[in-house]
Amino acid sequence: MNTIRKRRLAWVIVLICSSLLATFFILQALRQNVNLFFTPTEVVAGQAKQGRVIRMGGMVQKGSLAQGKDLDIQFVLTDFAHSVTVKYTGILPDLFKEGQGVVVLGRLDPVQKNLFYADQVLAKHDENYMPPEVGDVLKKGMQNKK
Amino acid sequence: MMPELGLFSLILALCLAGLQWFLPGLGLLKHNTFWMQSARPIALGQSFFISVSFLCLLYAFVQDDFSVSYVAHHSNASLPLVYKISALWGGHEGSLLLWIFLLSGWTTTVSLTQRHLPRPFLTRVLIVLGMISFGFLLFLLATSNPFVRLLPNYPVDGRDLNPLLQDFGLIIHPPLLYMGYVGFAIPFAFAISTLWGGDRSLPFAKWMRSWTLLAFSFLTIGIALGSWWAYYELGWGGWWFWDPVENASFMPWIVAIALIHTLMLSDKRQIFHGWTLLLAIVVFALSLLGTFLVRSGVLTSVHAFANDPKRGIFLLEFLLVVVGAALTLYSFRAKKFTNNTKIYLISRETAIVISTIFLVVSGAAILLGTLFPLVFDALTNQKLSVGFPYFNAVFIPFMIPVLLLMPLGPLSQWGHNVLGLVFKKLTWTLIFALFLAVGLPLLFAETVPLGVVTGLGLGLWVILGTLKWLFDKIQIKGSVMGLSKGALGMFFAHTGIAVLVIGVTLVSYYQIEREVAITLHQSLDISNYKIIFEDLKPIEGANYIGSQGHFLVFKQGKREADLFPEKRIFVVQGLRMTETAIDPGFFRDIYISLGEPLKEGGWSARIYYKPFVRWIWLGALMMALGGFFSAWGRWLK
Repeated sequence: MNTIRKRRLAWVIVLICSSLLATFFILQALRQNVNLFFTPTEVVAGQAKQGRVIRMGGMVQKGSLAQGKDLDIQFVLTDFAHSVTVKYTGILPDLFKEGQGVVVLGRLDPVQKNLFYADQVLAKHDENYMPPEVGDVLKKGMQNKK
Repeated sequence: MMPELGLFSLILALCLAGLQWFLPGLGLLKHNTFWMQSARPIALGQSFFISVSFLCLLYAFVQDDFSVSYVAHHSNASLPLVYKISALWGGHEGSLLLWIFLLSGWTTTVSLTQRHLPRPFLTRVLIVLGMISFGFLLFLLATSNPFVRLLPNYPVDGRDLNPLLQDFGLIIHPPLLYMGYVGFAIPFAFAISTLWGGDRSLPFAKWMRSWTLLAFSFLTIGIALGSWWAYYELGWGGWWFWDPVENASFMPWIVAIALIHTLMLSDKRQIFHGWTLLLAIVVFALSLLGTFLVRSGVLTSVHAFANDPKRGIFLLEFLLVVVGAALTLYSFRAKKFTNNTKIYLISRETAIVISTIFLVVSGAAILLGTLFPLVFDALTNQKLSVGFPYFNAVFIPFMIPVLLLMPLGPLSQWGHNVLGLVFKKLTWTLIFALFLAVGLPLLFAETVPLGVVTGLGLGLWVILGTLKWLFDKIQIKGSVMGLSKGALGMFFAHTGIAVLVIGVTLVSYYQIEREVAITLHQSLDISNYKIIFEDLKPIEGANYIGSQGHFLVFKQGKREADLFPEKRIFVVQGLRMTETAIDPGFFRDIYISLGEPLKEGGWSARIYYKPFVRWIWLGALMMALGGFFSAWGRWLK
């Protein structure tokens, strides 16, 4: 092999190795930060791993919102078939309302399957807008009930 | 009558857009100069009718014509005039019309100012722009007509604009963002025209540079405004969330930075033409993807307006056609643009090319994180989301080498360099940057995390290195006046990045965010400030009622500010809204927003100390300023 070829080969090898490395790190980061989405029914059925960060979506049950000490808050999230109690410490978003769709991000209680500790409560910025996921959840929940 | 006129104009514009690619296209095939020349007048005519249509919709908003469904859904008679105007782009249909309107604006500018370009080249550019406009007009008319009437029983008053959008930042955020998005259609059209013609001797990179810089600068301001708005309006002090829609604007932005720099290589050194042309296609493809993601409703996001699947599918098909055709053309023609010029390892060329690769790879990683939930849902029917730690993890490491290379590029020469000489110029810069990156936090803060040293060090390295470059340049030229606009532009853009990096680093590590329950006259310490909840009283505005708090901010016994955060309830839609109160400063913000009244008395509130947060937007503005400067300099040439 002449020098030009050798140099080219070296470049190609460096390029391939570095892109493999980059891909590996990116996929690793992706694997660690993916949060699966569950419905209350799936959570109650035990499909969600306990202790892992997940997202759950549904409707806030009317009359279920309760203020505790300091900024502790508790409400019930339902898909009309099953429901899960959500505990949260902090300030709820402006668009949080009973009877409306929300998505919560957090962990399930290690023992109780219908208790959820939320780190984040997401309500959408437009009252007419239903998050597509929550829309699906409610549809499914209604069907299950029938 | 006006809405009908608007619709009629849109239909005429669609016909003209069709002609804009059909007739000149025929002219190109038949080598008929007359048909080729028709591209410019047709483009101007098309722009005229789009403007008429835009004005008609604007008129309907200003006149409170609630018989137009779109107006009835997004405006209200009691809205102040500016918000009635900005309500035009407060929803899906109007924002799409704005997109088309701005495209026609860019097209007009090209056809009026670029007459010096070779006729076939300009003709091809206008054909491409005509096709894009045609696609979007068709989309607008087929799925999202903004002029639909609610007759005969139209509402007496409108449903009101979402209160979150009733804000100065949001009046200008969408138009500026779209100016950027849409502006990338111009370099795209130039790139396609170049590939189509297949003539590598044309100075296409020279022609594309100012357009790319302009679009980039608009996009920068647009993104910065969005971030600033989120910070003070959403009430919880975040300025970047890696929300899919933010990513949608961020991806073209980051790749556009790469494009701006490879354009320089193509223009000045006649190298990497292929890479440049590909990047021009990719930037616009990402802009279109952004439009698709935002407007199709496939994403759960602040910005998703509609859930009409027809719209999503149309946009997706359009995206695939445009990008597919462009990439096919590229794959056939790219080899005409390759070059075997020798590139030296230690050179400005290498510094630039390596940086662009890192920029593009980080863009690709963001793309993966943004699209992964969609693809996963389509394949497995299971929903998931990618958390923001992913984006930090894939973005920040790629930016470190880019920042390291930033002073090295300008301070090295085109062609062969001696590594030792380049480093010799920067020895003191390196020492100073490291010294300050460790010293300043030690002086002012209690803890010095490694992340602070890294971020601050990189920022200072870029600032000091760029200053060193500027002083060298001034010495050569004899005076500051000898500097070219391009050089000044680069100086502002690079130091802007550094300012932004420093702001992001310091606010991320040193901010204090407290969510508290606070009663009247109670006080609270945050950093070295004392906050007192002084008073609370009811308020009433034009279209809302609510409560207003009064907080005192003390520093070492001295009263620094009075803050009045509010909680508003908008009467028409019954929405609650938080109005943040901020005491802004160059080195820190004090940020207070009210939560809600508590059962046990008092209120919940967010009280934040945000050091250096303004540097983020300041840096972005400096970048945009640099871009405008460079574009201006290129324009004069």
